[in-house]
Amino acid sequence: MENSRRRFLKIAGISALGVAGAKPVLDVFASGDSHGEAAKAQPEIRKGEKALTAKQWAMVIDTRKFKSGADLEPIIEACHKIHNVPDFMDKENPEFKEDNRRHVIKWIWEEEYNHAFPTGGEPFLNERIKHLPFLVLCNHCEDPPCVRACPTKATFKREDGIVVMDFHRCIGCRFCMAACPYGSRSFNFRDPRPFIKAEERNPEFPTRMKGVVEKCNFCAERLAVGQMPACVEASNGAIAFGDLYDPESEVRKLLASNFTIRRKDGLGTGPTVYYIV
Amino acid sequence: MLEIAFKGTKRYYGWMIALASVIGVGFLCYLWQLKFGLGVTGMSRDVSWGFYIAQFTFLVGVAASAVMLVIPYYLHNYKAFGKITILGEFLAVASVSMCLMFIIADLGQPMRAFNVILNPTPGSILFWDMIVLNGYLLLNIVIGWNVLEAERNQVAPPAWIKPFIYLSVPWAVSIHTVTAFLYCGLPGRGFWLTAILAPRFLSSAFAAGPSFLILLCLLIRKISKFDPGKEQIQSLAKIVTYAIILNVFFFACEVFTVFYSNIPEHKDHFIYLFAGLHGHGVLVPWMWTSLTLMLLAIILLVIPASRKQEGVLAVACVFVFVGTWIDKGLGMISGGFVPNPMHHVSEYVPTIPEIIITLGVYATGFFILSVLFKLAVTIKEEVSA
Repeated sequence: MENSRRRFLKIAGISALGVAGAKPVLDVFASGDSHGEAAKAQPEIRKGEKALTAKQWAMVIDTRKFKSGADLEPIIEACHKIHNVPDFMDKENPEFKEDNRRHVIKWIWEEEYNHAFPTGGEPFLNERIKHLPFLVLCNHCEDPPCVRACPTKATFKREDGIVVMDFHRCIGCRFCMAACPYGSRSFNFRDPRPFIKAEERNPEFPTRMKGVVEKCNFCAERLAVGQMPACVEASNGAIAFGDLYDPESEVRKLLASNFTIRRKDGLGTGPTVYYIV
Repeated sequence: MLEIAFKGTKRYYGWMIALASVIGVGFLCYLWQLKFGLGVTGMSRDVSWGFYIAQFTFLVGVAASAVMLVIPYYLHNYKAFGKITILGEFLAVASVSMCLMFIIADLGQPMRAFNVILNPTPGSILFWDMIVLNGYLLLNIVIGWNVLEAERNQVAPPAWIKPFIYLSVPWAVSIHTVTAFLYCGLPGRGFWLTAILAPRFLSSAFAAGPSFLILLCLLIRKISKFDPGKEQIQSLAKIVTYAIILNVFFFACEVFTVFYSNIPEHKDHFIYLFAGLHGHGVLVPWMWTSLTLMLLAIILLVIPASRKQEGVLAVACVFVFVGTWIDKGLGMISGGFVPNPMHHVSEYVPTIPEIIITLGVYATGFFILSVLFKLAVTIKEEVSA
């Protein structure tokens, strides 16, 4: 079923391009005489004209620009609203229970330094850092253990380095959650839809069903139409986003001129979210 | 041969009906879980695997232990085990069936389970676990059935079955090794990140499986005309003795490495399990019970005079089985998730529906086991009569 859906989408995409009069695509369809050219007549997936591309997207979070948790709230809210992340702890919801805490879905959230970077356990921490909440999210690792663990390729690494989820292929085995050393993944222990306010629902992004895993997608859907990730936009310049392998990119310039740290980089996962402390 | 399973005493039928009703209640609870989602269980964002996966892990061990009968009989020509090898193989069939049911019960989207085959991913250990578990189930059904049928007809088993029997030996080791690899290859989980995990799994398996088999043998002797034999039971007892000592030794190796190196990420899970962490310690009494039971069992088993008394042996076997069950079926999985990767402590306790579904799966396993043992025992009675 899943395969046929994909095939349908591919064919539909090709047809749409054909109707729009995209000549190269028509040429591919027209050339069927020789075997070599017939082999070329494979469906083709194209990027939008405005799409932002990179070899490996990366993020630099300048924690010096945050004063308190209040500075992080609009960022978290922007992300969670745009991606229809349910709010299980909404006290106004008729199905609210304190026990819902076990089932919360988080794409980006705040942690204290000692939890975001638990290996150190710094007893004499700098006063600013001690009271400063850190933003944590999926690290879109260069060598992601979650992708290694997934038995269905429902989570995979794209050409631009983003680790994404196929909500329709996920069987809900939660192996990826055990594999992720950052606790970045959430599971839909129940139907999330009653916990998304109807008036706040974003029709541009799918809601999820029960029984599948989800997490931050570096706003792949926004990059595809030339927009920066929602958290970057909402951060007033505190979060930079760019290509890790483009020496001219903003993130590379920040990395070259600032001392940065990454979460659990000793595990060899290659996290691509950097923190300026 | 299956017709034998339908002919039985009132007691046999009563037992099967009792099991069927537990299965029914468990299935109803499963339908509820299917409708609501895995939120009916005690699992959470932090402890994302719970009772189901723990039972699966424990039962893979019980299944693998059939090899402890196959090796002496087929590789060392230890004739005495010829009488009871079939019991080990049928126990393996029932155990692997339960393992598969527990995996299905744990899936968020069970109707998509075939995605594992539609999108084969050799890099994922779960893919290999599916292959080795199903393969082992098939091997034991084919081997057990053919050997038993040959015994019923009082002829030698077909020659083509031999290669499959030999194959079943490394295959049994593989099922528990691959199951350990599910856990010990994960970078952020210090509790499991140890090369001793697979050997620990195997040693506890070879203690738990044969100890359960001893109890079954004692029961069969009591309720049927088939006597599995004193020598056979004593040989199994020696296997249990070696295995449980190895299991405690491997555990001690792990404790030394973790505490002498003093690395918090590895240490904190042990502290949580055996002393409690940041005021959370729901498993502490369980873990000490487990360790005490295993140590007591070693004392009872290692002294020949007490091991040779079948009453004492039975007690020791219960200790081994319960001790290893707590170790793997309670502590091993949730212990790896607490504290979580951000070093928060959120505990896991299974819920009532979760326990009922678990009991339903166990009842299904015992149903399968009862049918298969009924066949084996009836045929043994026929042949000796």
